[in-house]
Amino acid sequence: MHIPDNFLSPPVWATLDVVSAAGFGVIARHAGRHMEDSRIPLLGVMGAFVFAAQMINFPVGLGTSGHLVGGALMAYALGPSFAAVTMTAILAVQAFVFQDGGVLALGANVFNMAIAGVLAAWLPYQLWGRGRMRKMAVFGGAFLSVMVSATLALTELLISGQRMPSSMLLLSIGLFAVSSLIEGLITVAVLQAIEGLNPSWVNRPERSPRGMLLALAGFAVLLAAAGFMLASTSPDGIEHLVGPTRPKFQAPLADYQLPFWSSNWGRRAVAGIIGLVLIFGLCALSGKLLSRRREAKCTT
Amino acid sequence: MEFLVHVHNLSYQYDDGTKALDGVNFYLFPGETVALFGANGSGKTTFVSHLNGLLHGNGRVDVCGMRVGKDTLAAVRSKVGMVFQDSDEQLFMPTVLEDVAFGPLNLGMSRVDAIVKATWALTEVGMEHALDKAPYHLSAGEKKRVALAGVLAMSPEILVLDEPTTYLDPPGRRNLVELLQRLPQAKLIVTHDVQFALALASRAVFFENGKAIGDGPVEQIVRRFEWNVSYAMLPSGRG
Amino acid sequence: MHHVILERWSQRSSALHARDARAKIIALLGFLIALSTTPSAAQFRIAAYGAVAILAILIGRVPLFGLLLRAGVVLPFSLTFAIISWFMGDHMRAVALVEKTYLSAAAVLTVAGTTPLPALLKGFESLGAPRVLISVIQFLYRYLFVISEQAQHMRIAAACRAGLRKISRRNRFQAAAGALGVLFARSYHRADGIYRAMLARGYNGHIPVAAPARFGAMDAAFAVLALAAFAALRIAPY
Repeated sequence: MHIPDNFLSPPVWATLDVVSAAGFGVIARHAGRHMEDSRIPLLGVMGAFVFAAQMINFPVGLGTSGHLVGGALMAYALGPSFAAVTMTAILAVQAFVFQDGGVLALGANVFNMAIAGVLAAWLPYQLWGRGRMRKMAVFGGAFLSVMVSATLALTELLISGQRMPSSMLLLSIGLFAVSSLIEGLITVAVLQAIEGLNPSWVNRPERSPRGMLLALAGFAVLLAAAGFMLASTSPDGIEHLVGPTRPKFQAPLADYQLPFWSSNWGRRAVAGIIGLVLIFGLCALSGKLLSRRREAKCTT
Repeated sequence: MEFLVHVHNLSYQYDDGTKALDGVNFYLFPGETVALFGANGSGKTTFVSHLNGLLHGNGRVDVCGMRVGKDTLAAVRSKVGMVFQDSDEQLFMPTVLEDVAFGPLNLGMSRVDAIVKATWALTEVGMEHALDKAPYHLSAGEKKRVALAGVLAMSPEILVLDEPTTYLDPPGRRNLVELLQRLPQAKLIVTHDVQFALALASRAVFFENGKAIGDGPVEQIVRRFEWNVSYAMLPSGRG
Repeated sequence: MHHVILERWSQRSSALHARDARAKIIALLGFLIALSTTPSAAQFRIAAYGAVAILAILIGRVPLFGLLLRAGVVLPFSLTFAIISWFMGDHMRAVALVEKTYLSAAAVLTVAGTTPLPALLKGFESLGAPRVLISVIQFLYRYLFVISEQAQHMRIAAACRAGLRKISRRNRFQAAAGALGVLFARSYHRADGIYRAMLARGYNGHIPVAAPARFGAMDAAFAVLALAAFAALRIAPY
């Protein structure tokens, strides 16, 4: 999942570097409100913990073992903004010390795993982490965090001009699903173990109407973003990629050329965006309605 | 004579209600070395944590003429230097020099002065060759000495050492004893190592269930509470 | 272990070691950007970058073979995708992918192998990286091996108790989860202990920031020279 340098084309890695830098700024500021410098040793140590935890084998059958990625676990233990900071630190160390992931590609990896991945884990937890659905929420969140990170990575590769037969794409998505499943199982088990030792170490999702609305809105935006990126590599486009005899499809952002409006792709992307904005609007609206109902209940 | 430390009727309760300390009274005179004995969980570490304000209990704790409270924390912590049991928790900076300079920098010294002080402290403990090393690569004994340097660099009047010999081998323990014997500060040593205490301390206090139930010369306390580990007293497996 | 080797390399001395971390970071970024924006077909240019990399490794007195070997850690990834690209008809891209990813890894290793990590981090901080992130990374790196060792010990201890009877997969899974729970607990306690140790030495909320090392004329010259060289290699017609 860690993308090395030179897999992404310059527009892609440059954009993601800017986006991640800005995103990190926002997150650090949000974390800063709750973080005196006293939190810094904790985040550092937790980062070291995740590193070490990634070494532990979890037997999952067929003689293979899975390993924890940790974004979701961190989100549930530290809260999303601290988790994002910790995961960013981990990615930076992996890039510079272990050559696991590129330097210019750090923005992409941070976006995929520390920002989108953590957010994807946090949102279901925020919505359903209390009550009977808790275990499902944890599992679902961990599942989503790996699924979203990996899918984003793959999409970024495709946009950068990496061509893949559709069979390989499907295989990749299948593998992602398996990894996500494993992450879900491990995260549930480890979170349970941690809670058993000290419940106060696990973050409780806030029961605030505003929190719920933000969660729903964030969820919708995340879906919109992922959807948009996927729309730009939609099935039609994928079919064009198969076989050298077909007319060469220009991967959207390879070699700087952006035949945006003039191409099928451009029009499809716009349609995709409109559709997803509609979905977002729907989610936001329902979120508002939900929160109003909750507020009514809370005034007792 | 002025007390260096005066503790009056100190009590401390955990959140779940268990009494960690129960009405402890204590004096420390300048230049004294006092050993703190007691079973695990008897309150020794909890007690010393009150001396530099890491914990706040009920009762009165006076250090160097100051009452330990929220507004005197900075001053108190410059007078009381604590060496923790786990050196890995104490040496948290990337290099030895930076770690030892941490205290002086917090005291407001300039960068240059802090480095000078840190180098001096490291020389005192015999670790001046390790300035640029990462703490991870040091042995347990070396880490303990660097931790002590980090504390000495703040020019404290009182040294508190929490189970300092835990990870040390016999040469390491010998080194530490020699080092501590040279230092003029008053010392409070929490320890299970009776030989270590006998070599350094004139007085001992015995803790049990949060109370200080004995206070006197080290040999007396050891005999009274049968605190020496003498395997000779047990039936030998040989023969 | 890899990081230990890197640390050992970075403690040596050479013309490259002596350069300010900031200069090396700027040169590295210039190299990576130039390499990344080079089209796949420009094989001569890519070879030129390769030559520059080898030159840097030699100047830095880093073990050449050792470094080239370690840069190979990216090869499984790049070869896989290169093979896929090749069979999709993108021959040039496939070749360039392997070359460029490898060279990038070698370049990063050269800088990491001639700059101790604390200095590298301070360099980034001086260049504008968020202070919070740098501080977290410092603590992370400091405790990375301590905690990894603990994890190792737990693995070995568990293996010692595995016995001859086959333990069910579910039990081993739960045991691993329990081990991580304990590791988490110990890490959390450790963080508390560190915080108490910081307080005991007068910590008042701000981790003291190291004064930036002096950026000398040699460093400036190095950075400018490197950037100029990479730009020339990138733009020069051939």
